[in-house]
Amino acid sequence: MGMTIAEKIIARAAGVKAVRAGDIHTVNLDRMMSNDGTTHLTVDMYYNKLKNPRIADVKKMVFIVDHNVPSDSAKTAGSQKKMRDFAREHGIDFWEGKGVCHQIMMEHYVCPGELIFGADSHTCTYGALGAFGTGVGCTDLLYGMVTGTSWVLVPETVKFNLTGSLPEGVYPRDLMLTIIGQIGANGVNYQVMEFTGEGAKTLSVNDRMVLCNLAVEAGAKTAIFEADEIALEYLRERGREPKAVFKSDEDAVYAKEYTFDLSEVVPVAAKPDFVDAVVPAREVCGVHIDEAFLGSCNNGRIDELRVGAAIVKGRKVAEHVRFLVVPASQEVYRQAMEEGLIQIFMESGAIVMNPNCSVCWGSCQGVIGENEVLISTGTRNFKGRAGHPSSKVYLGSAATVAASAVKGEICTADML
Amino acid sequence: MGQTIIEKIIARNIGAASVKPGDIVTVNVDRVMLDDIMMPFIVNKFQEMGFKEVWDPDKVVLIYDHLVPASQQDDTRHYRIGDEFAARHGLTHVHRSDGICHQLMTEAGYVKPGDVVFGTDSHTTTYGCVGAFSTGIGYTEMAAILGTGQLWVKVPETIRVVIDGTLPEGVMSKDIILRLIGDLGADGATYRALEFGGQTVEQMSIASRMTMANMAIEAGAKCAAFIPDEKTAQYCGIQLSGFQAGLRGDADASYVKTLTYRAEDFLPVMACPSQVDKIRNVSELAGTVIDQVFIGSCTNGRLEDLQAAAAVLKGKQVAPFVKLIVTPASRKVYLEALECGALQTLMDAGAIITHPGCGLCCGRTGGILCDGERVVATNNRNFLGRMGTSKVEIYLASPVTAAACAVAGKIVDGVQV
Amino acid sequence: MEQFTGRVWVLGDDIDTDIIIPTEYLALKTIEEMKKYGFSPLRPELAAQIGKGDILVAGKNFGCGSSREQAPEVVKALGIRCVIAKSFARIFFRNAINNGLLLIEQPDLYDEIKEGDTITVTVNQDVDYQGKRYPIASLPENLVEIITAGGLVKAMRRRNGLED
Repeated sequence: MGMTIAEKIIARAAGVKAVRAGDIHTVNLDRMMSNDGTTHLTVDMYYNKLKNPRIADVKKMVFIVDHNVPSDSAKTAGSQKKMRDFAREHGIDFWEGKGVCHQIMMEHYVCPGELIFGADSHTCTYGALGAFGTGVGCTDLLYGMVTGTSWVLVPETVKFNLTGSLPEGVYPRDLMLTIIGQIGANGVNYQVMEFTGEGAKTLSVNDRMVLCNLAVEAGAKTAIFEADEIALEYLRERGREPKAVFKSDEDAVYAKEYTFDLSEVVPVAAKPDFVDAVVPAREVCGVHIDEAFLGSCNNGRIDELRVGAAIVKGRKVAEHVRFLVVPASQEVYRQAMEEGLIQIFMESGAIVMNPNCSVCWGSCQGVIGENEVLISTGTRNFKGRAGHPSSKVYLGSAATVAASAVKGEICTADML
Repeated sequence: MGQTIIEKIIARNIGAASVKPGDIVTVNVDRVMLDDIMMPFIVNKFQEMGFKEVWDPDKVVLIYDHLVPASQQDDTRHYRIGDEFAARHGLTHVHRSDGICHQLMTEAGYVKPGDVVFGTDSHTTTYGCVGAFSTGIGYTEMAAILGTGQLWVKVPETIRVVIDGTLPEGVMSKDIILRLIGDLGADGATYRALEFGGQTVEQMSIASRMTMANMAIEAGAKCAAFIPDEKTAQYCGIQLSGFQAGLRGDADASYVKTLTYRAEDFLPVMACPSQVDKIRNVSELAGTVIDQVFIGSCTNGRLEDLQAAAAVLKGKQVAPFVKLIVTPASRKVYLEALECGALQTLMDAGAIITHPGCGLCCGRTGGILCDGERVVATNNRNFLGRMGTSKVEIYLASPVTAAACAVAGKIVDGVQV
Repeated sequence: MEQFTGRVWVLGDDIDTDIIIPTEYLALKTIEEMKKYGFSPLRPELAAQIGKGDILVAGKNFGCGSSREQAPEVVKALGIRCVIAKSFARIFFRNAINNGLLLIEQPDLYDEIKEGDTITVTVNQDVDYQGKRYPIASLPENLVEIITAGGLVKAMRRRNGLED
């Protein structure tokens, strides 16, 4: 019986010929990522809970400070120092202020065929390069760090057959929000979303990251694309080689199949306080906003900055709106400088911040206050996620966010 | 008898032929600066005092900088209160994310030579760089000015500082003002004006003068004054009037004391934890291991500062595990630094570039530190707990020195890098 | 002549505004919320120990640094009756007067006093410490006017016809 890409990656990591959904396997992890959200807890457990603490293979470890950077309190500074000191002592790859963790991982580490654990729910992003990335807690991460292994319950795979191509002014984020709106926030619980079909070929690695990143918002364990020529080209540009390039077999077993026609997707928004409360963006037009956020591991790459800059070029951000533009990494920021995008944003009155998780994480830079409204390209719109418990978050595409920043209320780009 | 710059400004303001130190006079305010952190308190006091209208909305500048970007949920409340006040009273000069107040006041042309200006921030002394009389006040007095347009001041005595000659390579105006604060002590100029003169000062850019005027408060000074010259006129976008061109200390003016320096004698220095007047030569501190470097603030976050840092960092990398945080002083500075490539150079060296604002200097976000950490910073204060816990050590230095320290990961003399 | 007696807390030279109330707490909504962080970088336990009517004695340049008026307001809200220092920073001095917090310059007392002792202050005259008298200067007239009015807010209310 055939296997899906996800099953093949797990089989490889487990050193077995075949796995099937429902099996539990011990696997060798190719890589582990931990950020400043929880690494200090992992380090504490490492020193205080283990009899003979050791690291199986430091080369598999990556520590990234991205959530609160530069730090906003002595407490976060203390957590980060613990992380920094540990990385220095053990020779672990350490990144601070260089970008949001998933973006750094994609730019520098992730390879097709790898099984990667990250102590962050959006680790599912790595499926854009045909890797199996999934979020774990810090105890799982510690176990992985010490043993180099973990256990995995092989998830079922759900096939998302994409057809057609996105119309002008409609973006992968609209597509993914549309999918989540349709299948629901637990639509693919503990399953793998496999994106395939002719429509998938129209999507760049950047686009695929947007889709995979949000998979966890539908409850998925991860999401994955086949590492095709588009993915391999991305890898070559960065001087990396695939671990293994897997395709799903013709006779692979899927728990369910969906088909989405990209050409039918329209600009959408997710209303507070649920990612699956998705409506056509036109339905929420006119909602007064206090802040707009263009950034995050979901939507802070060069493609989205280009979209946003094209909209604000020659225009001014509405007086009462704080328009946060946060490139996902220094590499993205640097390229946006070269392309003149940063200049456009700064001249429009935007607040251009150093790469970090910003208001998507709601604790460091750009938090919103009592009863305020944010339109965001971030990952989540849960209650209180971006600041005060009474505040509200709408999710939209980079185009919708940029247009709304200019208008001072939610609007789509074609309405400006 | 002759008069000092500050005496001339005050006399003209009140319509008197002359004033002398110790006189208590009521001045007519030309411009005020209100910042975000004080806004709720200013508005409360204004209402409590029973005022209905702002005396002259055109003379009021409202700037959000300490709390931008917001790092705590209640921060945005300050914007809301500011926005409401601005709308109700017709304030049109409002900057919500354009940079640090003191940078904007001069850069955006709100302050001209000879003006009398007050701000709800102690570094309001900065505007002495263009020959204005400016000083920091509390929110209660600001509320009173908003209602009346007036404030009483005691005419300060003036200390004259004369610097002649050419500064050695790698020495910046920051090194001069730090040395001066060390010589005067943190209270050495309390209630007094610091008036700067001499060839070295004449040769300086307005930006370098700003650094010095900005830190006058750290010696306790009420204000600072530089002679307005052609550079000042160009910077302010004006032709100097007869009055403005005459803003120089008369030969027979009365100074409480005069300090004379040779520019060639200055060295790169640092203010050591936790007093601004604890000044040491950088060479004496060499080798001290550091965790972070901050380049920014109303003291040293201008284009020439970023360019000086970029020149040191070009082609180099910030030391491993050391963080370099660069916060341009304003949106304009940011754009200019982008245009000339300084930002790119800094970023390529590993710097974290944040949005313009007070950033780390005011200790709310932007790189707060924890127990046992050490930072070299280009801002104006190294008080206990200013950038985190009271066990953080803060060394104040020039941008050149700070950049060199970032590369070395320890304190080093910038000229040697 | 106004006279009062109080227990003394002794602080050093150059007690800056960031020590009196750190920036971290400046955006709290009220002085009452802020006051428990008073002096926290230097002596975190002090704010809770200070009692109503206590007196602060310090060295030179008390209140140097920022123009934050929360500093004298916090000192006053903690119950401090007056601050006696060798000298005060300028902005702090004005802010204190405007809020009716009494400041007294006295060059010698600081060098001799011990924390926990009691002193008696006779305003505009002297400080009595264990029988020894330390002279203090009178305040300038315009400042007396503001203090007499009950602070600058009251003075302005009177100007605006809201109070007699």
